[in-house]
Amino acid sequence: MVDTALADIGWMDVKTVITGICLVIGCFFIIVASIGIIRFPDFYSRIHPAGKTDTLGQSMVLIGLMVYEGFSLVSVKLLIIIIFIFIANPTATHALANAAYVAGLKPWQKGDRRK
Amino acid sequence: MFESAALAIILSAILVLYRGIRGPRICDRVLAINVIGTKTVVLIALIGFIYERPHFMDIALAYALINFIATIAFLKYREMGRLD
Repeated sequence: MVDTALADIGWMDVKTVITGICLVIGCFFIIVASIGIIRFPDFYSRIHPAGKTDTLGQSMVLIGLMVYEGFSLVSVKLLIIIIFIFIANPTATHALANAAYVAGLKPWQKGDRRK
Repeated sequence: MFESAALAIILSAILVLYRGIRGPRICDRVLAINVIGTKTVVLIALIGFIYERPHFMDIALAYALINFIATIAFLKYREMGRLD
């Protein structure tokens, strides 16, 4: 009885559920990163959600797509995209912070006006 | 499922676009453009899964490369004043 119930669930449903969970976590992190980019008080704190939270959210969405696809050429391409985003996105934010520091932007301190 | 995720990503891109329009200095605008570009990579992959076209993954990979190169090139131009 239990065996037939487990067989009815099937492998496809398990894959779909895991994909849904990964997509929900990824979309949550992406929306939180967007709210952080709007709400934080200055530039140096704004690159914090852009560098960390956004990378994690997009990688979770792409991992969900990989689980849904299974093992094929498409999932290998998705894995390459994930590795590239993991390397390139923090590098771009580091270059942004370096450029702002060279340009002479002072960090925000408590009590300053939000800009 | 994929449609809902695509809608959430479009909504967050619109939220970031506010920072791109209003951002007081140019660093904020470049940051917003970079974030919107990486969201577009995920959106292209999701559209490929919605319409069941696996060729969209190649477009997403090329878009990720172009987005990174564009950000680095613009920052180098801002720092050095030239691109060669």
